[in-house]
Amino acid sequence: MTPEERFDAVVAAEDKIEPTDWMPEGYRKTLIRQIAQHAHSEIIGMQPEGNWITRAPTLHRKAILMAKVQDEAGHGLYLYAAAETLGVKRDQLQELLHQGKHKYSSIFNYPTLSWSDMGAIGWLVDGAAITNQVMLTRCSYGPYARAMVRICKEESFHQRQGYELLIRLCQGTPEQKAMAQDSLNRWWWPALMMFGPPDSESTHTEQSMTWKIKRVTNDDLRQQFVDMTVPQAEYLGLEIPDPELTWNEGRGHYDFGPIDWEEFWAVVKGNGPMNRERIEHKLKAWEDGAWVREAAAAHAIKKTARSAA
Amino acid sequence: MTYDVPVAPGESGDIETTTNSGGDVWPMWEVFVRARRGISHVHIGSLHASDPEAALQNARDVYTRRGEGVSVWVVRSADVHSFEPEDAVDYIDANEKVYRLATTYEIPDEVGQM
Repeated sequence: MTPEERFDAVVAAEDKIEPTDWMPEGYRKTLIRQIAQHAHSEIIGMQPEGNWITRAPTLHRKAILMAKVQDEAGHGLYLYAAAETLGVKRDQLQELLHQGKHKYSSIFNYPTLSWSDMGAIGWLVDGAAITNQVMLTRCSYGPYARAMVRICKEESFHQRQGYELLIRLCQGTPEQKAMAQDSLNRWWWPALMMFGPPDSESTHTEQSMTWKIKRVTNDDLRQQFVDMTVPQAEYLGLEIPDPELTWNEGRGHYDFGPIDWEEFWAVVKGNGPMNRERIEHKLKAWEDGAWVREAAAAHAIKKTARSAA
Repeated sequence: MTYDVPVAPGESGDIETTTNSGGDVWPMWEVFVRARRGISHVHIGSLHASDPEAALQNARDVYTRRGEGVSVWVVRSADVHSFEPEDAVDYIDANEKVYRLATTYEIPDEVGQM
């Protein structure tokens, strides 16, 4: 059996590919790109919520928000470690992100304008993330699939705390409910865009499905998310900002209106409201932290030398 | 938390890969966690840290935030030695040595449970 036949057989048998196995170059490259992008999204994703930590309305909500942001850092770490098993260095990936050669999810290029955005992000953004990540627990690459299992468990806390936050606001004053509605109005469409371009225009999907990196197409995941979320919005008494949203008895799914792909591409290309600020902030944190990284490394060398003497 | 970002202008898919373990400011460590007393430590993930103390601290922060374990080990990744799955076939071919399996021995029913 050639290495390639062995690879194909493992994938066909729903077994996992592990780091030391032979794999096609394209498989390795696709995974590095996807896992790195996923890791970058976790790291950049700390910023929109970090923005509200000092302004959380209660100590309880502040503790929740800090725990959530800490989880995102951990998710970034698991994912960078998964990418590293493919032969890249974390520092290399950081550099590509800083230079704008690597992308992260466009959702984080939107600003967080009100406290209720913390609820909307947990409910919609993390909800969309879970839909995608549950699929990825079945990915053919072992380290990525294992990282997803851990992440999904923690992500469930993220979504539930967000939804609960919105329940409180929607049961509160008319102003609080209006704030929640405003958040839904701003985050709904960008959340639907998180699943990527429609299947008809998604160039990666077919190959990724064959390799079992992806198990479900963008449009199918998006539909799953809409079907799951509409009743949740109804419970809150909020209105989804889509006049074309209707239950389609024949399909057994909700029909929804067209997505503004022009806006999506504009944000991907760097022209979203927060693109520049996100990377500037990331770069500043990286540069400001350089002395800590270097000092800890120097300390370790000194200690090793001392214990050897 | 996400995924399908299409290739954008200025994005470069080219990245050099290597099997050499150096290159980062901090070395890589493998983390093993004992979920509860009575069972073995199990590999749970990896992280970067400058020395063993920092690695343990980071492991605690990253991998045991929700009561996942009662004990943590960290091992420098460079100190983990392994053999390739292809080689394993030469060592462990259970199919040729079925006499090692308890189920290949026939014990009469009269003898009862054994």
